[in-house]
Amino acid sequence: MKRVNAVVVGAGAAGGIVAKQLAVSGMSVVLFERGKWYTPADCRKDDLRNQRTTVLGNAFGPEDEGNPRVLVDAAGNAHVVLPSEGSYQNNAACVGGGTLSYGAQAWRYMPQDFRLKSTYGAPPGSSLEDWPISYDDLEPFYDQAEYEIGVSGDYSPTPFRSPRKRPLPMPPLPANREFEILEPAAKRLGLHPFPLPMLRNSVPYNDRGPCMRCRWCCGFACEVDAKNGSQNTVIPIALGTGNCELRMSSTVKEVLVDDKGRARGVSYFDESGHLQEQLSDIVVVSACAIESARLLLNSKSRLFPNGLGNRYDQVGRNLQGHHYTGAVGYFDHDTYDDMGPGASIAVMDYNHGTPGLVGGGMLANEFIRLPIHMVDRVPKDTPRWGLAHKQAMRAWHKRSIVIMGPTQQIPTADARVILDPAVKDQWGLPVARIQGNCHPHTFEIGAVQSQRAEAWLKEAGAIFTSRTGGKPATISAGQHQAGTCRMGNDPQSSVVNRNCQLHDVDNVFVIDGSVHVNNGGFNPVLTIMAIAYMASDALVHNWKGTGLRS
Amino acid sequence: MAGGVVAGAALAAGCASRGRGNWDFLNDGQAHTLAAICDQIIPADDFPSASQAGAVTYIDRQLARHYRRHREAYRAGLEQAELLSRKLAGVSLSQAPQKSQFEVVTAIEKEQPAFFALVRSHTFESFYGNPRHGGNRDAVSWRMLGLDEPPVRGRAQYDFTKGAQS
Repeated sequence: MKRVNAVVVGAGAAGGIVAKQLAVSGMSVVLFERGKWYTPADCRKDDLRNQRTTVLGNAFGPEDEGNPRVLVDAAGNAHVVLPSEGSYQNNAACVGGGTLSYGAQAWRYMPQDFRLKSTYGAPPGSSLEDWPISYDDLEPFYDQAEYEIGVSGDYSPTPFRSPRKRPLPMPPLPANREFEILEPAAKRLGLHPFPLPMLRNSVPYNDRGPCMRCRWCCGFACEVDAKNGSQNTVIPIALGTGNCELRMSSTVKEVLVDDKGRARGVSYFDESGHLQEQLSDIVVVSACAIESARLLLNSKSRLFPNGLGNRYDQVGRNLQGHHYTGAVGYFDHDTYDDMGPGASIAVMDYNHGTPGLVGGGMLANEFIRLPIHMVDRVPKDTPRWGLAHKQAMRAWHKRSIVIMGPTQQIPTADARVILDPAVKDQWGLPVARIQGNCHPHTFEIGAVQSQRAEAWLKEAGAIFTSRTGGKPATISAGQHQAGTCRMGNDPQSSVVNRNCQLHDVDNVFVIDGSVHVNNGGFNPVLTIMAIAYMASDALVHNWKGTGLRS
Repeated sequence: MAGGVVAGAALAAGCASRGRGNWDFLNDGQAHTLAAICDQIIPADDFPSASQAGAVTYIDRQLARHYRRHREAYRAGLEQAELLSRKLAGVSLSQAPQKSQFEVVTAIEKEQPAFFALVRSHTFESFYGNPRHGGNRDAVSWRMLGLDEPPVRGRAQYDFTKGAQS
């Protein structure tokens, strides 16, 4: 194989952007993806096999065969779990990664989210820290993500919006019925509701058409290609430069290291299952928080016996996701109009500033509902089966609203990814073993968020409500997974520096949600994208012919 | 209520041949027992019951596909359910009167909770999920919920005369 400047591992939200930024700057790139490239025709509208409801498997990878993980429960018992099971903490395995099938909420974190420890203090037992970068450092790259990938919405009604230099490139989609019901209620409560930001075309943008408001949205590839991910924006541009080769159905085994302790490329299993090497000047790991940590831990060598970048036992720690909390409201009139994407209105009033709470969270109405989602969302006193359940489905499917949101997750060092000592994947590589939970203060924040969601629904006319959330016994780090290769200035308590460069090995980068110091009270993808632009910018700036300026 | 009888008729139409019938995994006896349980979970009213909408077809297909790992649970669970029915109702579950079927399925939920949870989930999947997998015949549950079927496309596009104004 011809040596290249850069190998990028993982063609998701971050990897796609990195590959494009490097390729456009003239660097030669090989972009590895273990999954396949799907098209809008792969939407399939299958309520039971997509990326959100996975009872019959993940539509966009990984397959159940050959890709197990191990989950350690609260009692300390280890369970082998399959990719289609919730406790697997799956995101996706395909070109575009999660961005092919996500709900596509496009949030900027708030300035306080980068300064949580200095704003609130770290709860005892937590690993809460400030980021080594500020919101202002990231702002230009949020803007770049919003304009290059494409975001619709309108922040202007909320005074809590993060500082920004210009409006979003696309207006919001027209209001659905839930928006019309919830907006005046929020205003009566003194809140500041607004049409939430989405990586989705509301008008023609980037040579693709707008959303057609169908039911098969969150969890599905968009049938009309109106959802903006890396697979229909940056990756085609990267390939169009002629500098980037996408190698699909290829699983990277390890980062290879030379005698001087610098990376010299990767070894990988190609689409025929043969072990190959791809040599490169630099390696960028963008495999999502759980798999990025696993790849570094699996990259053991004489100089790095505990895995790459893991000199101080930090790789895999501080695993985060989001604890989702909220409420369901039941109404005496139709509230549901079956118009995708469903989620339409949000408030940021509760993200910061509540005495006694370390942060808070955004609240929004839930994504569009498939009938199967309603089965366990009927009123709590409904019998679990029988005629009464069937009739409750009929009574409430169109007469209920869910408000929920990602609660600010307080990290712990013990929530982590390690290598399982026994279980191997189809390539014979040790699999990720996930253990630990977020800090219990997270659940205190969540309980308050549930009450707030309930109050909003009652104000909107709900005749009764019920809360969702509780205290999950294991971490929830699926599509929002983050934190495992923390960004920081201190090599003993973090894995990468502010440029996403390993403290230990200067030509290896981790660029994805792994570097998040905390995960905000928002969906993380726009921050992952912004960091990818920021880190690529630094990388290109420091690039000199065949290596990095030292 | 004639739910059990109707379900039986639907099954007979679905597998006219002898022995294993048209099933991928189940035998006819197991299919009848399963249909009876499914129809207690989602009985007929003015819309069809679970088995009338194809629940047994759905579960059987998946036991030969994605749910192969649940085969033993179904084999043992259905056998146990039959024993329970003979003990409580004196006859095979699918032959018992509706009231007795309800009592037996209530007992199954109590005495075989893991098996019942599985059947409950799979029955709901069949009835409310996508018709392509053999359940929710003619999208009957979606019609029941008042959803457009087939779905209306391309409605409520953005009003371009307003332009970008965020």
